[in-house]
Amino acid sequence: MTAIWWKSWADFWAMGGQAYFVWMSFGALLVAIVVELLLLRVRRKRALAAIEEERDLEAEN
Amino acid sequence: MNWFHFSSPSTFYGLAGRLAPWFFILATALAAWGLYLGLLVAPTDAQQGEVYRVIFIHVPTAWMSMFLYFIMACYCALTLVFNTRLSAMMARAIAPTGAMFTFIALWTGAFWGRPTWGTYWVWDARLTSELVLLFLYFGYMSLANAFEDPRRGDRAAALLALIGVVNLPIIYFSVQWWNTLHQGSSVSFKGTSMHVTMLTGMLVMSASAWMYAIGATLVRVRSVILERERRAQWIRNLPEASA
Repeated sequence: MTAIWWKSWADFWAMGGQAYFVWMSFGALLVAIVVELLLLRVRRKRALAAIEEERDLEAEN
Repeated sequence: MNWFHFSSPSTFYGLAGRLAPWFFILATALAAWGLYLGLLVAPTDAQQGEVYRVIFIHVPTAWMSMFLYFIMACYCALTLVFNTRLSAMMARAIAPTGAMFTFIALWTGAFWGRPTWGTYWVWDARLTSELVLLFLYFGYMSLANAFEDPRRGDRAAALLALIGVVNLPIIYFSVQWWNTLHQGSSVSFKGTSMHVTMLTGMLVMSASAWMYAIGATLVRVRSVILERERRAQWIRNLPEASA
């Protein structure tokens, strides 16, 4: 269960002529995960900023 | 151990923050192992050629799309029955990740369908019910945010999520109940028709997807807690909130 199936890296990237369909699938998952992680970071920053804003507002009153 | 201790947002916030990195580490390690097996070691499929390798992400994401909906619906049931705050926050935190996995299951299915069936999309029972699942996630999220009072949003969206549960057996059994272009299950409770390396790779990728989903949910629920409890004193005392 450890032998590499491919003869070369070029062979691997070509995916037997079906590279477009294989990499469009794997690429989409990678993009989706990166986007989700970025959105998670943005949401946390916004939530923390909102807490600060509200505290400042109360301090002014 | 008192589990109810962690059912309060203030204690769960800290726990979720400590646990999340470990789930991401596990997800990364499992993904590395699963992709190694699936993309580098597993042999070509005799009928389909190399495009079958989409299975290593298509099946795990499709499974997760249904698992996550089920777990979200369980939290919704808790919300409606016991009116617990954390369960509603968890349901809200799961939905976007569930929608992401549903979208990827549909997308990878399309790019697998084109070379094998000759079409990106067909209105067959499996594909259509999975598309309905994506709309259920979207519906849940928009309904949850449609109210001025978030607790009302929690309850209205929870009701929608629970009604939507009927779609899960429809997705699962669609390949048996109707004549679909989509193939039947390769893996079932009775056994499998797959090569051992392929099966191992797919299960490892599924474990990775689980770990990622838990990690992402834990990170998101912390933001939901910050948004919902922002007037509470314990939030203001947090080191990250006191600049």
